[in-house]
Amino acid sequence: MKIPKKLSKKIPKKIIEDFKKEVGNVPESKLKKLFVDLEKSYDDSKVEPGESVGLISAESLGEPGTQMTLDTKHFAGFSEMDLSSGLPRVIEVLDGRKTIKTPSMEIYLKSPYNKGKDVKKLALSIKELKLEDVSSEFLISVVDSVIEVILNPAKLKEFHLKSSDVEKTIKKSTKGIVVQLKDDKLILKIKTKDESLNFIYKIKEKLKKTYISGIKGIRQVLPVKVDGEFVIKTSGINLAGVLQLKFVDTERTYSNDLYEVAEVLGVEAVRQLIITEASKVFESQGISVNVRHFMLVADTMTHSGKVKGITRYGIVSEKASVLARASFETPIKHIIEASLLGEKDKLNSVIENVMLNQPVPVGTGLPGLVTKIK
Amino acid sequence: MSIGKYSFKKVDSIVFGVLSPKMIKKMASVKIVTPELYDKEGYPVDGGLMDIRLGVIDPGLRCKTCGSKLKECIGHFGYIEMARPVIHYKFVSQMLNLLRTTCRECGKILMSQNDLKSNLKKLRKVEHLFGLEERRILTKSLILKTKTINKCPHCKARQQKITLEKPTTFLENDKRISPIEIRTRLEKIPDEDGELLGLRTGSIRPEWMVLTVLSVPPVTMRPSITLQSGQRAEDDLTHKLSDIVRINQRLFENINAGAPEIIVEDLWDLLQYHITTFFDNNVAQLPPARHRSGQPLKTLKERVESKEGRIRHNLAGKRTNYSSRTVISPDPMLHLNEVGVPIMVAKKLTIPERVTEWNMEYLKKFVERGPKTYPGANYVVRPDGKKKTITDETKEQLLEDMKPGFLVERHLMDGDVAIFNRQPSLHRMSMMCHKVKVLPYKTFRLNPSVCYPYNADFDGDEMNLHIPQTEEARAEAQTLMLVETQIVSPAYGLSIIGCLFDSVSGNYVLTKDLEFPRKDAIDILFQVGVEDFSRLPGKKMITGKEIFSVIMPEDFNFIAVTMKGDNVKIKKGELVEGFIDNITIGRGSGLIFRKLHRKYGINKTVDILVKVMKLGIEILRKVGLTSSISDTDLPTSSINQIQKILEESYAEVNNYIDQWRQGNLEAYPGRTIKETLELMILRKLNKAREDTGNLVLDTADKRSGTSIMADSGARGKPANLSSMAGMVGQLAVKGKRIEKGYYHRALPLFKKHDLSPAAHGFIKSCYKSGMLPQEFFFITMTGRDSLMDVALRTPKSGYLYRRLANAMQDLRVEYDNTVRDASGKIVQFSYGEDGIDVSKSENGILNMKSIVEK
Repeated sequence: MKIPKKLSKKIPKKIIEDFKKEVGNVPESKLKKLFVDLEKSYDDSKVEPGESVGLISAESLGEPGTQMTLDTKHFAGFSEMDLSSGLPRVIEVLDGRKTIKTPSMEIYLKSPYNKGKDVKKLALSIKELKLEDVSSEFLISVVDSVIEVILNPAKLKEFHLKSSDVEKTIKKSTKGIVVQLKDDKLILKIKTKDESLNFIYKIKEKLKKTYISGIKGIRQVLPVKVDGEFVIKTSGINLAGVLQLKFVDTERTYSNDLYEVAEVLGVEAVRQLIITEASKVFESQGISVNVRHFMLVADTMTHSGKVKGITRYGIVSEKASVLARASFETPIKHIIEASLLGEKDKLNSVIENVMLNQPVPVGTGLPGLVTKIK
Repeated sequence: MSIGKYSFKKVDSIVFGVLSPKMIKKMASVKIVTPELYDKEGYPVDGGLMDIRLGVIDPGLRCKTCGSKLKECIGHFGYIEMARPVIHYKFVSQMLNLLRTTCRECGKILMSQNDLKSNLKKLRKVEHLFGLEERRILTKSLILKTKTINKCPHCKARQQKITLEKPTTFLENDKRISPIEIRTRLEKIPDEDGELLGLRTGSIRPEWMVLTVLSVPPVTMRPSITLQSGQRAEDDLTHKLSDIVRINQRLFENINAGAPEIIVEDLWDLLQYHITTFFDNNVAQLPPARHRSGQPLKTLKERVESKEGRIRHNLAGKRTNYSSRTVISPDPMLHLNEVGVPIMVAKKLTIPERVTEWNMEYLKKFVERGPKTYPGANYVVRPDGKKKTITDETKEQLLEDMKPGFLVERHLMDGDVAIFNRQPSLHRMSMMCHKVKVLPYKTFRLNPSVCYPYNADFDGDEMNLHIPQTEEARAEAQTLMLVETQIVSPAYGLSIIGCLFDSVSGNYVLTKDLEFPRKDAIDILFQVGVEDFSRLPGKKMITGKEIFSVIMPEDFNFIAVTMKGDNVKIKKGELVEGFIDNITIGRGSGLIFRKLHRKYGINKTVDILVKVMKLGIEILRKVGLTSSISDTDLPTSSINQIQKILEESYAEVNNYIDQWRQGNLEAYPGRTIKETLELMILRKLNKAREDTGNLVLDTADKRSGTSIMADSGARGKPANLSSMAGMVGQLAVKGKRIEKGYYHRALPLFKKHDLSPAAHGFIKSCYKSGMLPQEFFFITMTGRDSLMDVALRTPKSGYLYRRLANAMQDLRVEYDNTVRDASGKIVQFSYGEDGIDVSKSENGILNMKSIVEK
């Protein structure tokens, strides 16, 4: 089917494709009328210039926000990581928080691994292991300032490690300590002169947290079957690290941390993440809100090229109008800053004009008359 | 508003800046020299803070500066000449930066001439390309870099370490720098260097941050109130200013008398304190200035900031006349877009109507009836702007004078336009335009179907009514805000106005399996408002589906799925398959109405909506619907079965617990063993509840009122029925079984460490049989939990909403279909990627089927 150029220029691709699918095989004679109908239908559905879409989106998200519960009431299932959900999560996303409450990833696998091959093993290999995870006891001998670490063979086996591997990594990550392996016992002799118990104790605590294997930052792993394929859900994140693994499907692997995604994949990915994360919460609470409201929020947060939260330090600080900024929070600070630079408020957004009792430049306040009334 | 007297101008822009001492003196009309306010006769003292040259606040007096009366004179500034310079608290951090980054000897920035030139160039470029925000960031980094340099590249002078002892004392090597010294140093900074440090030449000079004269605000912004006792109570600002003047005069006298330096210094510090608290009475290191009663003074910063401050309370929020507020009550006989206004209110709210030669007689009748008889008029406005009250005495004179060009403010009448609102106004449907219908009694009446968009009920809710006063306002309200135009929600593209409660269940029973004799059917339809019965089949008995079909348009096609998953099909205006329920006609869903709205436009949709609503109610009046306690009766076999389910699951749970105690339970990955046990118990108990629920629903009488309400979606859910008849099930606090309360147990009647279902909030009773005492306690616990949830959630979501609205309020669709913010930056190239309006399409999607099938 050939779409007239006039139409294909005007109407978005997605709609034309939907149209093609629905039309199927319709005789040429009928097609012409359908094109006219399509164009009319599209024109009828378009947003009108001047429409205050920002406020509509804010209302559409803010109003159902009052109906949301703080925490999900349903019981967490077996195949789920504990994720923060409900209103706190929405606030977290829209604030653009740097540290989030429950960082988590969904790691998709390439075939054949996604059919279940070695999933458990792969999952465990991702998990960040610390020395305390594979050892059963830490002993301090004060007399000759030695720390004895007794490794747990069962745990080592579970994570497919050998005690010699542990020895190697410990050797690499410590300085000023002689490491010896005796059976399943690591003997660490401290070489420095400071032999106070306090110092040794500190080293012991440090040793407990020493990295052994896996990917840093991944605290927990949970292989789960979703839609007939195995996915590893994690708590703790390290997108850059995980994407380098050979068995990972890099296209679908998902992290819920805005800033990490911004760093690894760029702002466009963050925009998508904001949309999916925010709409996920609304959906889980049974509230239907059209995607374009999430889109608009995500776009306002990211259109500068950086992630800006909806806070006084984020988007609001970017506004050109002094009065608009001052009307939000900390007005004096904004007015003083403006006075230093002799800032000029051109009064082209909403709130300043409300303050001055003037028509607002959105909606019906936008168009002007060409003819001037005396 | 009378034209001629006032000229109307539009403010184009506002420029911010700092007032120079010269400017302060220039714009002042008085120099304040005395702390006294009034003389013995109670007349304002010349040169005092209430000097009548500063403006008038007493009726009858005239302003000495401009000659206008009260309310016409906006007030004039004065000034105080400082005996010694004083630091302006709000600029302290800027001053510190300036002192640190410039040379103490020559005043130039600690940077070579070349660096200065190149940095300045860069700064201007950044501002030009990225705006002021980026410029500020760059300035900050520049200051940070220059701060550490300790040798002036120009005059080679060594720089000393300058610190700030909060709030307003500057120290150089722990020696105090007096404000005079600071001022002389700031004076030396060249304009160009100042610009590099974030001060725009022309709007501020560094030395202006140290005050030598203080601007005194006009009395009109700090009016005194006369108490009932005849005493005057001065405004907080006046108090503070008189403190300043008093200390300032004392300082002058002491300096002139050659008092010892210590005394002068002390007074100077005191003056500094007063000036600081004049600007901000919440400085961390200073005790706030207080009234004699001990309550802190509200000075400039407190006046401007926070929710009750000038900006958010007075500038961004307005108050209005021509509005009223009262309790609401329902009236299903009103049209969807009508609002019932009590006659008392209608007599107070008025609409201005201009007298022309054609309506003169008509309007004269209103004036004649006066303010007491409805429909009358309250005021007549003459062309020169004089407003005259209509009373029995003035009536005749006014009638005689009335000519074209007069305005008559007549009472509210049927059909007038009003805007109706319920707080919290969370979305645009919280403020809709209604047509007035004047009714007796004292409440606002509204059609119950518009409750949902307002989120109103009738347990004492109050609502506001506003009357637009100009033609433009009325036209805009009618075309943009009328109830009909708001049927489809912009948030999710479904009809937000629809049938509720009885209208839904009525239509449900009608279309499910009712039959009426033809005579009764005609009766019902006539009640609903149908007058053409030609589409009713000529049979003796007429099915409910056929009755419903009469209301639908003849060429209407519609397919949907009901709540229970059955198909609904309307073909050429005939309901051929399925039945009507909440999904098809309900509020916040109403698929039929969205389709009608798209196809036939507003008027026809509203017509059909009202008919469907009335039909539902009419049917229930014919057949009746009762929700009774016997709806929850179960046969003995079912009760036994429930008992069996209970026993089985209890046994299973005990089995789990035993396994756990013996340590035989295997943990799920990523969980501890205890968590695993909890999860298993929960799963089992929820299964038990579900099973009983299903059992109850299977055995329950489908024709009982309760079932009908639940099945049609009119009110309640099937789960409610099962908890009434079967079992309530596991309660949860914060997503877990109830654990809190006593040490290792939830209530004292249980043993410690008891993990059994009953000990942790599993309720095996149903509401009909009543709770056991411990079950009752558990239920109050969850009740408290949900109360807490609401109390915590409301402010949180309110703040999120405020931030969203503030951040996004200036986004709009431009004529080129891009979405831009106020400064013209593009946020989206096409709204929602395809430029389609949610409320004008089916949830943002064009329905291709309907285009192609047509």
